[in-house]
Amino acid sequence: MALTVDERLEELWEEEPGLGSVLSTVDHKSIGKHYIYTAFAFFLAGGVEALLMRTQLARPDLHLIGPEAFNELFSMHGITMIFFFVTPMLFGFGNYFVPLLIGARDMAFPRLNAFGYWIFLFAGLFMYSSFLIGRAPNDGWFNYVTLSNHQFTPALNIDYYTLGLVFLGISTTVGSINFIVTILKLRAPGMSLNRMPLFVWAILATSFSVVFALPSLTMANVMLELDRRAGFNFFNVAKGGDAILWQHLFWIFGHPDVYIIFLPAVGIVSSIVPVFSRRKIIGYLWLALATMTTAIIGFGVWVHHMFATGLPTLSMAFFSAASMLITIPSAIQIFAWLATIIAGKPVFKTPFLFVLGFLFVFVIGGVTGVMFAAVPFDQQITDSYFVVAHFHYVLFGGAVFPIFAAIYYWVPKMWGHLLHEGLGKLSFWLIFVGFNLTFFPMHILGLLGMPRRIYTYHAGLGWDGYNLAASIGSSVLALGILVVLVNFLLYGLRRGAPAGPDPWGGDSLEWATSSPPPAYNFVEIPKVQGTEPLWDQPELRDIGFRARDVEMTLAEGHDTMGTTVVDAEPESVLTMPEATYTPIVTAFGISVVFVGFLTLLLPIIVLGGVIAIGGMMAWLRPKELPE
Amino acid sequence: MSAVEADPGRTGSRTQPTGLLAGPGNVTGGKSTAWWGMVLLIFTEATFFAILLTTYWYIRFSHGPVWPPDGIEKPSLFLISIMTPILLLSSAPMHWAETGIKKGRTGRLKVGLFVTFAMGATFLIMQGFEYHDLVKEFTPRTDVYGTLFFTITGFHGLHVLIGLLMNMWIQYYAWRGRFTAERYTHVEVVAMYWHFVDAVWVFILASLYLAPHF
Ligand code: HEM
Repeated sequence: MALTVDERLEELWEEEPGLGSVLSTVDHKSIGKHYIYTAFAFFLAGGVEALLMRTQLARPDLHLIGPEAFNELFSMHGITMIFFFVTPMLFGFGNYFVPLLIGARDMAFPRLNAFGYWIFLFAGLFMYSSFLIGRAPNDGWFNYVTLSNHQFTPALNIDYYTLGLVFLGISTTVGSINFIVTILKLRAPGMSLNRMPLFVWAILATSFSVVFALPSLTMANVMLELDRRAGFNFFNVAKGGDAILWQHLFWIFGHPDVYIIFLPAVGIVSSIVPVFSRRKIIGYLWLALATMTTAIIGFGVWVHHMFATGLPTLSMAFFSAASMLITIPSAIQIFAWLATIIAGKPVFKTPFLFVLGFLFVFVIGGVTGVMFAAVPFDQQITDSYFVVAHFHYVLFGGAVFPIFAAIYYWVPKMWGHLLHEGLGKLSFWLIFVGFNLTFFPMHILGLLGMPRRIYTYHAGLGWDGYNLAASIGSSVLALGILVVLVNFLLYGLRRGAPAGPDPWGGDSLEWATSSPPPAYNFVEIPKVQGTEPLWDQPELRDIGFRARDVEMTLAEGHDTMGTTVVDAEPESVLTMPEATYTPIVTAFGISVVFVGFLTLLLPIIVLGGVIAIGGMMAWLRPKELPE
Repeated sequence: MSAVEADPGRTGSRTQPTGLLAGPGNVTGGKSTAWWGMVLLIFTEATFFAILLTTYWYIRFSHGPVWPPDGIEKPSLFLISIMTPILLLSSAPMHWAETGIKKGRTGRLKVGLFVTFAMGATFLIMQGFEYHDLVKEFTPRTDVYGTLFFTITGFHGLHVLIGLLMNMWIQYYAWRGRFTAERYTHVEVVAMYWHFVDAVWVFILASLYLAPHF
């Protein structure tokens, strides 16, 4: 019996359903969904921590939570949001959509992709297991020495922090390398660099930032752990070490990390704006360049987190200038989006509302950011609630609004059902109002002198009303997030109207295949001729399920196409690996190693090492020669 | 709904897209994805070493004129002047092995890998002897100099060890005949890693061993 091409592809690419496939899958779409589910769970955990803090701070002189617990709450809140929510969430979208956007059948390294996910999950569980023994990290999310030295925090709290972040770093690094190679080598023929969707540009820039920035954080944590557990002297001033070294290493990573968080979010905005403005994006080239320059300048500004440490004036002037410089690409981006919206015919659906919310919030965050770049202002206001307000405007505004926009935009593609528009709008307004009510008063609190990281305050300082407002705001915000969740569980998963391949009239390739896409993504690998393939090339609109050119279906094996780096000329046929348990076994072994380092039990370390190396050897072994 | 019917059965002859080469594994036109992956891994790893060496210089310059401090002797150049050439030259047989297998010469592959392994292992053993002597004088706990010295050389030693393990692993498959003139990605990638570990040593040598003498 003759198989049609799509049946053939189905047979080649489909993974057996069931628990086994959850553990062994290498399909970028399943892995992307796993990332998104897990990251959202961490978002809820971090949100609960935030609500607890806001409850404690609602009125003066409350004692619902003691100072020690409060320290653990803000530390874990920051760590969770920065490391275990935003980046993994954006990586989840990246995983799901980068291959679809570039017309490929999977990521370049599908097994490495699965491995990265498992490491992320295990590292998160590792970090959160600290609550079980009541020893969660408690020195803030940037964990400054000397407070975090053995001498001042002898218990395991900080060892969870250092080991947990080194552990998680493995995931982020391999994920980024995977993105870079995928984007450079697996783009559909014709999709030269200057035709890549802006979201893909953003993921590329972010991934390069990770490759060069993350080692600094990892190394700093290794050094601190050696100091704490083995008596090394990196940060021990008495033996010639240097405490400011931690701050340098942390912020060499930390500031690029702001852009690691922010760039993919910007990429989401650049994808959504043209679709809902019903016209091509204005200034494509400028946006792509701005993405790359932001990533590069991001490496030159770390010292602006340290203006209060007493560095030489000249070096402060340099970093101050660099910090102001970096606002230029951001301004370019904002003008390009605004121009596109104004020149288009905007349709105000929920994803677009979140984008507009982002623009509003982000501009305010940017304005307070420029204020900090002025050294004298920074020295006055550092470590006050003004800072808390600023970075929530930037992080929540800059990353979480776009993430919600992405949820509303892409969930119909991923699960095949439209979300409820009324609930969508409701959730937007709750989140928007709640957000501003929570964080705007914090600017004023900061100017009134309220320091950050205090667990309570006395009445009569003029802070009470603003704090109450912030606490009420955070409940409104939480309600809005709940509505998103309900909308997803009720409509996104089941009840929503069928989305069809292209509910929004999109311009990029993911809309050319069914929702959810088949395991092989597209029946035929598309040939791309412009930046908006679906708008320019009507023949591509059904490339997901109809084959015109058998040669481009690559239905002979489990294959996708490799192309050249710049021009995306066809170069090779890449045979992709099948589902396997080796990634999860390797990741499990590595987890055991980290537990061993935490408990300092050599047998556990050795056991974990053996499992991890065994898993890796099985995974990477050269295939047998064909007959 | 598909417009085209494919040939029945999966073992039929491969029809390849025009201009594309069929390839076993990932090596066809251009560099393999694994090659790109290794390039990026090396970028990350190089950044690790750069951070360690920057830390070393940062602390050295903020530490005052006497370096090494606390009466520690300047690093001896005797052992190192034997170890260094051995490590650096070990890149040659590795390269020879790699170019060999690209021409299908499995014999060259096996010999080259083995010689590289022997040279790398010699380096590591000599480093062991060096440590054995040094810890009588100072350890990582003594002061920040000891910390830096042992961390940086130890981190490099760890990389040599990983390189040796990978070498052993592909030797095993070389003996089982898994590599041919068309299928050599594993060898190519391991060789690149080995060259990197060698090259990094030059910077460590210059910063930790030579610079204190000037
Ligand atoms: C869901 C709504 C959120 C609320 C109500 C909230 C509230 C708070 C509060 C009350 C603090 C403690 C301030 C202090 O005592 O110094 C805080 C700290 C922090 N938040 Fe949030 N936050 C939210 C979301 C986020 C998000 C989405 C991010 C990041 C993407 C984030 C990142 C941080 C960071 C980095 C800190 C600093 C932790 C530290 O001091 O070490 N927050 N937040």
